[in-house]
Amino acid sequence: MTPASMRCLSPIPMPDTVSFRLNKQPVRIKVAPDRTLLWVLRTDLGLTGTKYGCGIVQCGACTVLVDNKAVRSCSVDVKSVEGKDVTTIEGLATDGKLHPLQEAFVAHDALQCGFCTPGMIMTACDLLQRNPNPTREEVIAGMEGNLCRCGAHTRIVDAILSAASIMKGGKAS
Amino acid sequence: MSTYPVSFQASESQTREPDMQPPTRRQFLKRFGTGLMVWAVLGPRLGAQESEAPRPATVRPRQTGDFNAFLHIDGNGHVTCFTGKIEMGQGIITSLPQMMAEDLDVSLDDVEIVMGDTELCPFDGGTFGSGSTRQFGLIFRAAAAEARGVLLGLAAASLQVPEAQLAVQQGVVVDSSDPSRKISYGQLTQGKKIERHLVVKPNPKKPELYKIVGKPLLRRDSRDKVTGKAHFSGDLRLPGMLYARVLRAPAHGATLKTVDTSAVKEIEGAILVQLPDLVAVLHEFPDVAEDALGKIHAEFNPSPSDLDDKTIYDHLQQVKGESRVAAHGGDLATGRAQAVKRHDQTYLNPYVAHAAMETHTALAHVEGSKATVWASTQTPFPAREEIARALGLPIQSVRVITPFVGGGFGGKSFNLQAVEAARLSKETGRPVQVMWTREEEFYNDTFRPAAVVNIQSGLDGAGRIAFWDYEVRFAGDRGAAQLYDIPHHRTSSIGGFQGPAGVHPFAVGAWRAPGSSTNAFAREGHIDQLASMAGVDPIEFRLSQLKDPRLIRVLKAAAEHWGWKPGKGPSGRGLGVACGSDAGSYVAGITEVEIDPKEGRIVVKRVLCAQEMGLVINPAGAKLQMEGCIMMGLGYALSEEIHFKNGAVKDTNFDSYALPRFSWLPKIETVLLEADDTPPQGGGEPAIILMGALLANALHDATGVRMLELPMTPSRVKAALATKA
Repeated sequence: MTPASMRCLSPIPMPDTVSFRLNKQPVRIKVAPDRTLLWVLRTDLGLTGTKYGCGIVQCGACTVLVDNKAVRSCSVDVKSVEGKDVTTIEGLATDGKLHPLQEAFVAHDALQCGFCTPGMIMTACDLLQRNPNPTREEVIAGMEGNLCRCGAHTRIVDAILSAASIMKGGKAS
Repeated sequence: MSTYPVSFQASESQTREPDMQPPTRRQFLKRFGTGLMVWAVLGPRLGAQESEAPRPATVRPRQTGDFNAFLHIDGNGHVTCFTGKIEMGQGIITSLPQMMAEDLDVSLDDVEIVMGDTELCPFDGGTFGSGSTRQFGLIFRAAAAEARGVLLGLAAASLQVPEAQLAVQQGVVVDSSDPSRKISYGQLTQGKKIERHLVVKPNPKKPELYKIVGKPLLRRDSRDKVTGKAHFSGDLRLPGMLYARVLRAPAHGATLKTVDTSAVKEIEGAILVQLPDLVAVLHEFPDVAEDALGKIHAEFNPSPSDLDDKTIYDHLQQVKGESRVAAHGGDLATGRAQAVKRHDQTYLNPYVAHAAMETHTALAHVEGSKATVWASTQTPFPAREEIARALGLPIQSVRVITPFVGGGFGGKSFNLQAVEAARLSKETGRPVQVMWTREEEFYNDTFRPAAVVNIQSGLDGAGRIAFWDYEVRFAGDRGAAQLYDIPHHRTSSIGGFQGPAGVHPFAVGAWRAPGSSTNAFAREGHIDQLASMAGVDPIEFRLSQLKDPRLIRVLKAAAEHWGWKPGKGPSGRGLGVACGSDAGSYVAGITEVEIDPKEGRIVVKRVLCAQEMGLVINPAGAKLQMEGCIMMGLGYALSEEIHFKNGAVKDTNFDSYALPRFSWLPKIETVLLEADDTPPQGGGEPAIILMGALLANALHDATGVRMLELPMTPSRVKAALATKA
């Protein structure tokens, strides 16, 4: 069997320095620049909220924001974020206050095992930035690339619509 | 207490690092030296059907005489309860403390739960079979009721009033004749050491007295799960730890012929472990370990298996297995003679993957003669035995701790990854994490077994079912016995749930409601055909031949909430009906589909499910489980099947193995029927059993085409539509 899901490189390039902003803090790490962002985040940088689910851009569990756009961290090299802003699930709450999407996921029980949840929220974050006023159908289309095996889909859609309403200054639905 | 196992306390945040020095029983007693402790021992599981247990009885672990504290109340009135069950999304992290708070009369915020730690928690066979509430919950509640009884006794002595005069509010015992006289649980237990061993089963509260049970509660673990703070096994870090990648054969049954590992040393920091049955590369970064694994050149002898996903059903029809009669009544020969219309049919189910979003993961730290393993497992106590056996250690020297589990569905009942991590830690002398890639997850999965169901049946002159001869091959008898009032019937299970060795080309195991989905697909699809043959509305046909009042009730409730208008099938409306029973609960579903004839796609518009599950502890959690069953069930009904050939699993990731996605989401309605006088029944599985039959019946109602094989993929539906035309 040929594993394809963990990106690998051969030979390993010599460590280099990569600098970027991670959850609003500048970071500068010594790392082989072609290593995968997901594993550098989880291992070198210790941010384990970003999950490994498939490694081939099929499940969305590893989604982070790079310059405010959703990126599958399993599919990009760490050097691709040089000089950019990276936001992971750990950086979404500000001053201890949950992001409206996080609040909405709690209020709607929009999760079960919770493993896909960080990727769901980061994808939804990107979706609402591009489209602050989505219809139900637009939310469903926007989340199509994210898998949830427990079947929390209907709650996730409700939570995203509710968060959208709150972010526009409306009331929770 | 450190919180490496799943532990939830309302007011205290979780720490990150796993504890390197797990407390011993003595240390635990030292910590909980005072207060009230109720110790209880779980008896063996009774009445389990053959397919319900995830593993054969011979290797089920023994009850050990370890630590059996269930419940502790400290001098502040703070309650900690312990369970060997684990949290994998099913929500018992909320509902078990909810039960405890009810029977103790304390605030839910004062109840902490510690789960799945073999050192701290009482023995438990595993989290499966929707058993946490219906079997374990009773003992949990008994421990709480016992503790409450002890505390009331102490309060009566302290306040010098008869117990009958006392009431409890939020952990404070009050003299009802003079409410100014009161004493809290904390005051009662302060400085004392009280131990109770549960011998008799005390009576938990009567439903009319409930204040907390039955109230919909949001999940208690959500906040940690939306912030990335919740730790799964792969999120734990120990100093000096290594990440391992294991060499796998290309096919089940293939054996290693030659292996050249010489190039591994080109990778700086890579460590090779080469044992006769385990070859792995370890590194301080998992992606570099993966790269180093790619440097190994291995040749394998081919698998002796000549089966593939096309020939499997002929094989299963022919292969021999022990026959067991699960139910019978009347006389089949008489029934056959009475039948004026015969209908015989064969139903096929493929292998299906569990595909939890978290792959099997474990972090092991073996230090001399002690091993600590954090594992994503549904069975921490069996895992402890598997690890002890592999390391040659007594089981008392192995501690398994279960962080949050990222989905299980039966698939995390075997613990190969934990054994691999432990062996590699022993070999390297360092902590080792094994996190399977998605490809390994598909390769090593214990699939839902492929199975065949043969049904012979007939209608009598009055349009009633005259006889029913049902044979399920290799899916087990769970949910097989027919539910209808049929005078002459027999239900046989061939080969049990897994069959003898050699039946399947790879490992199979329990998959959410094991056997039950296979059996419900066959039975409810077949009943629908008989209803069509009789020219009767499918709900009316079922109701006219049902006798179980609980099943009749859910079916009527489903019809009522749906707004059902009777019509004989196929009506062209695309409506499907199915009902059944699983894990002690009763379910009935109705669906509406649209068929895209060009693509062969079944578009599910609406699904309604009515469920009676006895007393409902947390209605919010119960509905969440029903919705999850419906959504997950779309997969085995419409798209999920494992393709394989000669022992090689051809589906290795989500690109070819299609799980339900957001665009599949129908309008879902769930109806919970009140049944407070019936003890709580299972909720994690029942609704999923309906989905295959529900959609097959709806497809037939829309088009007149009957699908006998799952999944009903677009290409199969298209072919069936073309054949009909």
